[in-house]
Amino acid sequence: MRRAWWLWAGAIAVYAFLYVPLAVVVAFSFNDSRLNAEWVGFTLNWYKTLLADEAMLQAAFNSLLIAVVASAVATVLGTMAGIAMHRWKPKLLPFMVLTPVAMPEILLGVSLLVFFITAFGQESLSLLTVVLAHITFCLGFVAIIVRSRLAGMDESLFEAARDLGATPWQTFRLVTLPLIMPGIIAGALMAFTLSIDDFVITFFTSGVGVKTLPLQIYSMIKVAVTPEVNAVSTLLMLITLAMIAIASRLAPGVLKAH
Amino acid sequence: MALLEIRNVTRRYGDLAAVCDVSLDVEQGEFFTLLGPSGCGKTTLLRMIAGFEAPDAGRILLDGKDLAGTPPEQRPVHTVFQSYALFPHMTVAQNIAFPLRMAGRPTEEISRRVGETLELVHLGDKAHQYPHELSGGQKQRVALARGLVNRPRLLLLDEPLGALDAKLREEMQLELIKLQKEVGVTFVFVTHAQAEALALSHRIAVLRDGRVEQMDEPSRIYGFPKNRFVADFIGSINLLDAEVIEAASGHLRLSVAGLGEVIAPHAAAAGAGLRGAFAIRPEQVRISPHTEAPQLKNHFTGRVSSFLYIGDVTTYIVETAGGARIEALLPNSAPGRAQFFETGDAVAVSWRHDAGAWLGE
Ligand SMILES: Nc1ncnc2c1ncn2[C@@H]1O[C@H](COP(=O)(O)OP(=O)(O)OP(=O)(O)O)[C@@H](O)[C@H]1O
Ligand SMILES: [Mg+2]
Repeated sequence: MRRAWWLWAGAIAVYAFLYVPLAVVVAFSFNDSRLNAEWVGFTLNWYKTLLADEAMLQAAFNSLLIAVVASAVATVLGTMAGIAMHRWKPKLLPFMVLTPVAMPEILLGVSLLVFFITAFGQESLSLLTVVLAHITFCLGFVAIIVRSRLAGMDESLFEAARDLGATPWQTFRLVTLPLIMPGIIAGALMAFTLSIDDFVITFFTSGVGVKTLPLQIYSMIKVAVTPEVNAVSTLLMLITLAMIAIASRLAPGVLKAH
Repeated sequence: MALLEIRNVTRRYGDLAAVCDVSLDVEQGEFFTLLGPSGCGKTTLLRMIAGFEAPDAGRILLDGKDLAGTPPEQRPVHTVFQSYALFPHMTVAQNIAFPLRMAGRPTEEISRRVGETLELVHLGDKAHQYPHELSGGQKQRVALARGLVNRPRLLLLDEPLGALDAKLREEMQLELIKLQKEVGVTFVFVTHAQAEALALSHRIAVLRDGRVEQMDEPSRIYGFPKNRFVADFIGSINLLDAEVIEAASGHLRLSVAGLGEVIAPHAAAAGAGLRGAFAIRPEQVRISPHTEAPQLKNHFTGRVSSFLYIGDVTTYIVETAGGARIEALLPNSAPGRAQFFETGDAVAVSWRHDAGAWLGE
């Protein structure tokens, strides 16, 4: 298609703009130089430094702990919310569940901060408050995915189960749950990735003591973008990509807008 | 006592009475059909029997026991859905085993009966396939097998053949009849295809706007429709406005629009001066060259205005001298003859005095 060459050029430019910086970060994480300026030689040294960095390991542990707990809770609650929204078509629930998804993160961060401080005091800010904050915004994503999965399903499947002798609980366990499982898993992975690389909301709700990976990276680049930052960013990128790949595999259509 | 008794059942959606004061009995072992145009309330009635909807008024009894308040899973009634509703995450065998599992049958009994039922519907080799790997006709059979495997008292079928093509449909019709006879389960079958209803059923209830218009055996529904709606809906028929001139004991004298005087069989509802319609099936109308001497009392001349060659028969539309359009059916049984008359030919249409019927408004 000759007429479309400029479309191709445009697309390539946009993707280059998106991905070249990422590629540079990955490349420099293997660069045998303290400066992100020119290629000197291949090394795994920065990954070794990373593994020896106490603060970094603590931050990584916190991030994983928060992501696992928050995504697990958000998955259970979000699935329930998604089913409820599909089954009973409530008026208010969708707003309550979906608002945190649409609201600017900074707003959510500030309001959660104000809430935690006024309700429980300054010293309440901790891992727990971060987990609670992450649950609120992850839940909505899970609910959307589960609901759209249910919406695409033939309603008579659930009636057929009842008709053939299944109680409502058996219908849920043997028919509904297996059918929405890809959606639930995709939602869980989505929640996990959203949680593990969240910065803004974590920043507001973590108080002084708690550091997560994104916060740790931020405090390091305030000084300079070291190759160590490149290395940890690369690892984070890898985890995120893996999660998205698994999610899109388990539930094709998850990556489509909804 | 009938197996299923429906007593004055009504179901409303807002102002609309989807099912209105319906009463009917279905006997043990019967193949009973609910027939009617789209939107007449067939599915709604079926859903009330299955337990997915509750009647606003009236009662539904199975084996003499009122079903009100019994949830779907506790009714010995299974449904074959139009969309088949096969569980996509289960194999064919698992789908068929589902009702047996829910009934808590022992494992070895389940596998034995699943095997038997698979044989019954000729799907022995498909046990371990998933529904998406099956053709429409095979899905249909799995849905049937799943509905029958636990021997319900009643099997409800909501337009189960609707999604099949004509050839497969005919095949499945024959198979349904055979299957029902073999397993002896009572069928309540829903369709809007009148030919299907006639072919399959022991009895038919014709529904319109939520009401039963007529309930009888297929041959009586076809041969003696109760009113214009039933006559028009079942098969093709000539319907002409008519007024009763004389109601004698054995026959009626009618004045039929576009024809003149017609002798028709006696009808209980007919009385001199009453208006209605004269109805006669195309296959009861004889079409002959106009030169032939009249042999029957009901004999009218006209011209062929058009004809439709269908293969086994040809349908002629004859416009009579008085302006009536009469459809007549002529079998193409004579070898080498595709057609007997041409458009514009002068012909006569005639029928016996005991054919046709007068229908009140
Ligand atoms: N849940 C509902 N809410 C409102 N109206 C309904 C509902 N279900 C059915 N109706 C109405 O009730 C009437 C009967 O519907 P029903 O589905 O029983 O028709 P049907 O005879 O099965 O038609 P079809 O042959 O098209 O399946 C229709 O006018 C329909 O619009
Ligand atoms: Mg219907």
